[in-house]
Amino acid sequence: MNPDLRRERAAATFDPELITHLLDGCPEKTRRRREIENMILNDPDFQHEDYNFLTRSERYEVAVRKSASMVKKMREFGIADPDEIMWFKKLHLVNFVEPVGLNYSMFIPTLVNQGTTAQQEKWLHPSKGLQIIGTYAQTEMGHGTHLRGLETTATYDPRTQEFIMNSPTVTSIKWWPGGLGKTSNHAVVLAQLITQGKCYGLHAFIVPIREMGTHKPLPGITVGDIGPKFGYEEMDNGYLKMDNYRIPRENMLMKYAQVNPDGTYVKPVSNKLTYGTMVFVRSYLVGEAARSLSKACTIAIRYSAVRRQSEIKPGEPEPQVLDFQTQQYKLFPVLATAYAFQFVGSYMKETYYRINDSIGQGDLSELPELHALTAGLKAFTTWTANTGIEECRLACGGHGYSHCSGIPNIYVTFTPACTFEGENTVMMLQTARFLMKSYDQVQSGKLVCGLVSYLNDLPSQRIQPQQVAVWPTVMDINSPDSLTEIYKLRAARLIDIAAKNLQAEVSHRQSREEAWNLTSVDLVRASEAHCHYVVVKLFADKLKIQEKSLQAVLRNLFFLYSLYGISQKAGDFLQGNIVTGSQITQVNQRLLELLTVIRPNAVALVDAFDFKDETLGSVLGRYDGNVYENLFEWAKKSPLNKTEVHESYYKHLKPLQSKL
Amino acid sequence: MGGRAHRVSLGDAWSRRVHPDLETERHGQGFDVERLTHLLDGGAQNTVLRRGVESLVQGDPDFSLIHNYFMTPNERYEAAIRRRVLLHRKGQRLGWLEDGLQFHYAYRAISGDVTFGVHGIATKAIQSLGSEEQIAKWVPLCKTYQIILTYAQTEMGHGTYLQGLETEATYDTATQEFVVHSPSMSAIKWWPGDLGRSATHALVMAQLVCSGTRQGIHAFLVPIRCLKEHSLLPGVTAGSIGPTMDLDHADNGFLRLDRVRVPRENMLNRFAQVLPDGTYIRFGTAQSNYLSMVVSRVDVLVNGVLPTLQKACVIAMRYSVIRRQSRLRPSDPEAKILNYQTQQQKLFFPLAMSYAFHFQLASLQEFFRHSYNTILNKDVSLLPELHALTTGAKAMITDFCTHGAELCRRACGGHGYSKLSGLPSLVTQLVASCTYEGENTVLYLQLARFLVKNYQRAQQAVGPTSQKSLPQSVAYLTLPHLAKCPAQGAADFLCPELYTVAWAHMATRLIQDAVHHLQTLVQSGAEQHEAWDQTGAILLQAAKAHCYYLTVKNFKEALEKLDSEPAIQQVLKRLCDLFALHGILTNSGDFLYDGFLSGPQVNMVRTAYLDLLPLIRKDAILLTDAFDFTDLCLNSALGCYDGNVYERLFQWAQMSPSNISQAAAVQNRALWREKNKWEDLHTPAVSYRKRALC
Repeated sequence: MNPDLRRERAAATFDPELITHLLDGCPEKTRRRREIENMILNDPDFQHEDYNFLTRSERYEVAVRKSASMVKKMREFGIADPDEIMWFKKLHLVNFVEPVGLNYSMFIPTLVNQGTTAQQEKWLHPSKGLQIIGTYAQTEMGHGTHLRGLETTATYDPRTQEFIMNSPTVTSIKWWPGGLGKTSNHAVVLAQLITQGKCYGLHAFIVPIREMGTHKPLPGITVGDIGPKFGYEEMDNGYLKMDNYRIPRENMLMKYAQVNPDGTYVKPVSNKLTYGTMVFVRSYLVGEAARSLSKACTIAIRYSAVRRQSEIKPGEPEPQVLDFQTQQYKLFPVLATAYAFQFVGSYMKETYYRINDSIGQGDLSELPELHALTAGLKAFTTWTANTGIEECRLACGGHGYSHCSGIPNIYVTFTPACTFEGENTVMMLQTARFLMKSYDQVQSGKLVCGLVSYLNDLPSQRIQPQQVAVWPTVMDINSPDSLTEIYKLRAARLIDIAAKNLQAEVSHRQSREEAWNLTSVDLVRASEAHCHYVVVKLFADKLKIQEKSLQAVLRNLFFLYSLYGISQKAGDFLQGNIVTGSQITQVNQRLLELLTVIRPNAVALVDAFDFKDETLGSVLGRYDGNVYENLFEWAKKSPLNKTEVHESYYKHLKPLQSKL
Repeated sequence: MGGRAHRVSLGDAWSRRVHPDLETERHGQGFDVERLTHLLDGGAQNTVLRRGVESLVQGDPDFSLIHNYFMTPNERYEAAIRRRVLLHRKGQRLGWLEDGLQFHYAYRAISGDVTFGVHGIATKAIQSLGSEEQIAKWVPLCKTYQIILTYAQTEMGHGTYLQGLETEATYDTATQEFVVHSPSMSAIKWWPGDLGRSATHALVMAQLVCSGTRQGIHAFLVPIRCLKEHSLLPGVTAGSIGPTMDLDHADNGFLRLDRVRVPRENMLNRFAQVLPDGTYIRFGTAQSNYLSMVVSRVDVLVNGVLPTLQKACVIAMRYSVIRRQSRLRPSDPEAKILNYQTQQQKLFFPLAMSYAFHFQLASLQEFFRHSYNTILNKDVSLLPELHALTTGAKAMITDFCTHGAELCRRACGGHGYSKLSGLPSLVTQLVASCTYEGENTVLYLQLARFLVKNYQRAQQAVGPTSQKSLPQSVAYLTLPHLAKCPAQGAADFLCPELYTVAWAHMATRLIQDAVHHLQTLVQSGAEQHEAWDQTGAILLQAAKAHCYYLTVKNFKEALEKLDSEPAIQQVLKRLCDLFALHGILTNSGDFLYDGFLSGPQVNMVRTAYLDLLPLIRKDAILLTDAFDFTDLCLNSALGCYDGNVYERLFQWAQMSPSNISQAAAVQNRALWREKNKWEDLHTPAVSYRKRALC
């Protein structure tokens, strides 16, 4: 092991193993996770290809092979629990994305949620065994998050009892669905249902797209790969164009809405249930934000302990770059954020399962708030993580730009989370809609509950954005409760401002949509402040249940996270007179002290995330810290180095030098 | 706009007609786009010249960049060499000057996607650091590609901190040679461009050791590959460093030297010399050797970094008037996404940057031209300021442009993730710039050192003469102190004088804070270097505020020179306002902190800022049209001049190898290889006929 890393680990003031248990949930879960990981690593069938040296087509091939073998292996190892499946996948796929992933994450769940028993009998078994490989085709070339704008049509023909599927325009071509380009033979297609001359909005249809056996596109279907992307190289995101393509009536998923053989449309009872899947996926993305950011932090912090550069004290050997205040100022807030998001992620997961249970018992009351909260938190955490990952990459200097660092891949794999499953600005505005509704409710004298209950205090406080000294200046920078309170006040203030501006615009304009648009920058800001408060609150809650040995470590991270936020958004706090100028001075001073306090534990804090080197996929972030030797070995593996004189010399350079 | 006809478009049937949603944006102009283009080009004659070069390039399918999206890194490298050769031949045929504008415009037209960029930088380095004899000997060889150079500075374990480089060049008096050596794994030269497969010679930056004394970093010309067979010379290990995020044409490589000997004459000796007996003589200051870095930083910013951001703006802005989503009024059709306030907020800041940095770089280049020659003549008095200006500009512009391009990419929703949008590669080209040519944090801190020094000088010498003695870029440090901003309403914040002063105040205060922090630490017993490190975060903030101030100030001064173009002046002023106010809002805490702005004043800034958005909205497309990039150079399915986004996206996706049947793919590959054959290049008539037949 690199001596610098060994020294770092010996100097830590706590046992990282205990934090690992905390992050996993309990020691038993850590044990089981490692057991599964070791099963994979000890399996002679497990191959570790470095995707960096493969072409897109080779990557796709490896990914398909891994997907296929994974189904077999999971059965063999008896893995069925959702957490266990995730652990298994993460290591088995070693950062490859899965071309058949949507079969499991979208096709089957949609079938289960929206299909009748008969439909499930017909399609569920073959899709679980991958005879049917399904994908989920919603997004179109010209239409994304605004679902009502989708153009694909399914027109019912009572004579033959079939739906005629059509992509009427270029913009209506289904675009982006994963696994659609080359892999899938079926798709759940979202289309505008037209029957008896009337459009009934979006419904889901099972559409066979490739012939079983030959895998050739069926007549009437144009399907293919949408071309190269920023990341997800091994994923065949695809397009689908349908020309008068007919499917039987039974291929419309009819658990809720139905079309009778004569073409009569039968309305669904409630469509709130479809929220469930969205909420699940979005809360999963919050967890992904935490995991991706934790990986990037692990790499950057370990590398910063190994890399030496420049001088702090003249004449002394070059210091570890982690000793520079500027490097700590870059990385430690990101580290604290990774921890904060880990806790938010597990909260979201628990809440989802809890609420899912009550939904199962018919209680939908908590769904609107959860829906609003997941939208905003998805946007807040993915945006922040996106910036944080890039910060980690830049903190690795030039080597961060090489694929050897592994961070470019983390970034490009993670960044679509800002657009898919709901574009982030639109998500923030959904949360804002809920906040405005709650605000109006409070204004009309009703109380609101849940995480927005702080709005109940607004009327009594009569916040005037320009009024001085409304807020009691209570901040105690050593108290998590006080800091949470500060964030709450900021959120309340910004929500109040946005609501008042919205009202002012409404009174000036004819349309509410227009007024909403002209307030949207304020609304997004209000949602962000609300989400920021929620993250701080959830982090603070986590401090209460800790055993003593970890408390100090986690408290420091909490203080760093919350004080850094105050420092970055000082304007919001100062302008609302929530804190004073001299308190900001105090905050900034304390921040610098915290960097020094966290410094000795930095490596142990990323070790606690417990990523296997295989999962990190990084030469710079290796557990043993032997960076330079392995960097050289890695580069030598590049196909360009196979021969000493590259073929391009004979083709281009030699003639250039001789003829010019 | 007949002059723009050649922009429309890549010869597809549906591209003859401009999409009506884009067409309407170009009606009812408040200003003349053509004149703005002339202004950006530095005169109408340059615009004519540039378009002439562009149409030459545009008409030649060999320069098409679209296949880049479907190539392996190796194919991209080969295509880039091929383009370099073709361009060189074209230039020779047409009599273009080596460093002339035509070549400059030709590079721009093909997005600089050619090899031997670093070869060019290294050639310039010889011109800056070499003696007249050395220039006469080596530069002609470089210009005719008889030798191909790399500039080997960065090592695996050492980057921006040059004194930390480990590679040694030890003078051997007995043979009058330097022994150039990589003493450790971390000393291996890592990252230099054109090194992996191409270079025959390396300009190696190494620690000079002569007569047993280390004399710091000097440049040595080291032959690394045999000129006949291109095989590595004895003692040399070199190759590619493996896949990176982008810049496949850059051919980044590694180089390990095992006691390689070069003659004494191979040390570049304009500023320092080793005599045959090993005596070391220095002509300039120790920093003189850094001059070549200053040259390449300015070059990279002007030709690489800024145009890349501008392209991202063009693409995102055009796409945002084609893409429609949701409704603003229930009865209306779905709205153009550029009509959403949040979209305007995302895109107009990068647009404002595109112009702000244009003017900042223009002023930097002016200073550069003025000081460069005096420095070459060994008068180094202007070097510190030149260095400070370029480090600051490099750090800020690469930082902001990267951030801005990524904003543009994400503002295009899902399609921004497709490489066919052009945006991912613009982003991955830009992110490299944050670490190459000096890591940005280190650069900001270098600038901070300059600021602290001058602040202290300004403090020590109070009086009418003091301002003269300060370099012009920091003269504001002596301005009379203004404790509070006098603005009374939102409209006051649209006054360039007012916000420039606000930024000057902010920069001064932060520098003052940093100095104060430093002094406090030193007084409480910390050593100087320790205090410096412990003030790093504050110094960084101060340097950033200084850069922001300079950019605002340059923009303001550029506007003042536009009195003869009132329409253009008005529209650019809005961008200047937006740029300045955006910065105040994102840093409002700093402005509120010392009471310079009050809470109500920050609200005024916010109002003024939000009110600018709909005004800029009207001109947004024209403001990006004015950059006048050809479709070929944008290479974007989303951003073409005609706005036929979806048709093009669908058509380009079909070209993906994964959509071509196996048989066709094999055939295609064979065709491509055929096309690459060198013979083609040497029989232009034949290849021309072949093309005519196609």
